[in-house]
Amino acid sequence: MVSLSEPAERRPHELADVFLDAVYEIPGGERIKQCIQCGTCSASCPTSYAMDYSPREIIAAFRAGMLDRVLRSNTVWLCSSCYYCTVRCPSGIKLTDIMYELKRLGVEFGLVREGAIAPTISKAFVNMVDNYGRVHETMLVMRVFLRTKPWALLKMMPQGLKLITRGRLPFLPHRIKGISEMNKCAGAMTDAMVAGLHAGGSAAKEA
Amino acid sequence: MNKAYDKSARVVSKALGIDLTELNDWNCCGASAYMSIRELRAHLLSARNLAIAEREKKDLAVVCPACYTNLTKTNHYMGEDAKLRRTVESALKAADLQYMGTVKVRHLLDVIVSDIGETKVRAKVTRPLSGLKIAPYYGCQFTRPLGDYDDKEFPTMLDTLLKWLGAEPVNFPLKAKCCGGILMITNEPVALSLVRSLLDCAVQNGGECIATICPLCHMSLEAYQGDINKAFSTNFKVPMFYFTQLMGLAFGFSKKELGINQELVSSKALLEKRLEVAR
Repeated sequence: MVSLSEPAERRPHELADVFLDAVYEIPGGERIKQCIQCGTCSASCPTSYAMDYSPREIIAAFRAGMLDRVLRSNTVWLCSSCYYCTVRCPSGIKLTDIMYELKRLGVEFGLVREGAIAPTISKAFVNMVDNYGRVHETMLVMRVFLRTKPWALLKMMPQGLKLITRGRLPFLPHRIKGISEMNKCAGAMTDAMVAGLHAGGSAAKEA
Repeated sequence: MNKAYDKSARVVSKALGIDLTELNDWNCCGASAYMSIRELRAHLLSARNLAIAEREKKDLAVVCPACYTNLTKTNHYMGEDAKLRRTVESALKAADLQYMGTVKVRHLLDVIVSDIGETKVRAKVTRPLSGLKIAPYYGCQFTRPLGDYDDKEFPTMLDTLLKWLGAEPVNFPLKAKCCGGILMITNEPVALSLVRSLLDCAVQNGGECIATICPLCHMSLEAYQGDINKAFSTNFKVPMFYFTQLMGLAFGFSKKELGINQELVSSKALLEKRLEVAR
């Protein structure tokens, strides 16, 4: 189980073990051991050209205990979950799922590139789903950009107005009836994890 | 969800005798963003929808490949991974919900092509889309990672359906390549260049318009053509249709009934030229 105590003070080599354990815990995660470094993932990835480290290099960095560098780079947040790597990997590694785990670890341990929008928007998205049960796209984008780069909102306004006036974006958010029931389930899950009965993932990430 | 997609999907399903009922009090599947922050609760989101569907003895038909992938993944992983199943099951119990794993999750396109089939679809066509050259765009998550009803790299289901409607699906090598999805917000330059290559490929191969099966792909390919033209000095004005809108047109429904008045790139000239549809 991942410890909840002051993750920021951990040294890189300790973190490497924590990361490895976390990846082994996700369904099919242990397959990462079978990587033959063939590079099929990197060649299949539509965004690897823009990544600081390619998908193949991520696994290499994993093995070298240098994952903290990868997490601090732009790499994992450029994964758009297109699953090419996952369906093509000759070793059956579900690399897209691993990318998700790495995103989660980066957020949990504060290892994200400064000023990156992707983690901020993901957190805002989670927040909105937890509060409403659904997502209101306009509100989501507004909230994130007000926090990160408000000037970008000005650029988006004409497009946004067009979408709203053509009935393409709803004006008001909708809260589902079962929101308290959903949060009850989530609460039960967190309690079980704190008690050590969880299946992978740490309570800190889920809370 | 996009109203035009919603509207047109309901209209054509009804015409084909598919009994679509909106899932009672459904919640968001979490898309890719939720899974990037929390793993187990992301599965819980899908499990709640699956549990409600099971309670109402329904299978799930979805029109969004991301919903399809999330629901299907949770379905599979709960079946394969006993620890995950126990965790999710005990969480559901807190709200008197349970999920036994009996719900089938299907993309509506798959239901129409595989279950309804050629004869019934062709029988509904009153206004064949003759001569309309369409690039069929599937995007990523329709067959990847888990959809086993079509080829993972070069699916053909939408091509088949378009032929039944009388249209001409053009060869589209990038039909299952990624549009970037959420990167349009988080890393615009990368997403713009992905979408540019898709538009380029569709037009080069003779596509006059693009058919989509995903609301996010649709938005990326349509709403950013202006930005792409500015960034790459191109001149794209490619009309976009949800596959359900094209079915509706072929079935003789009016543009209004299908939400073909909400688009950002006008399809008016194309429809008047090819189908003589003015309204």
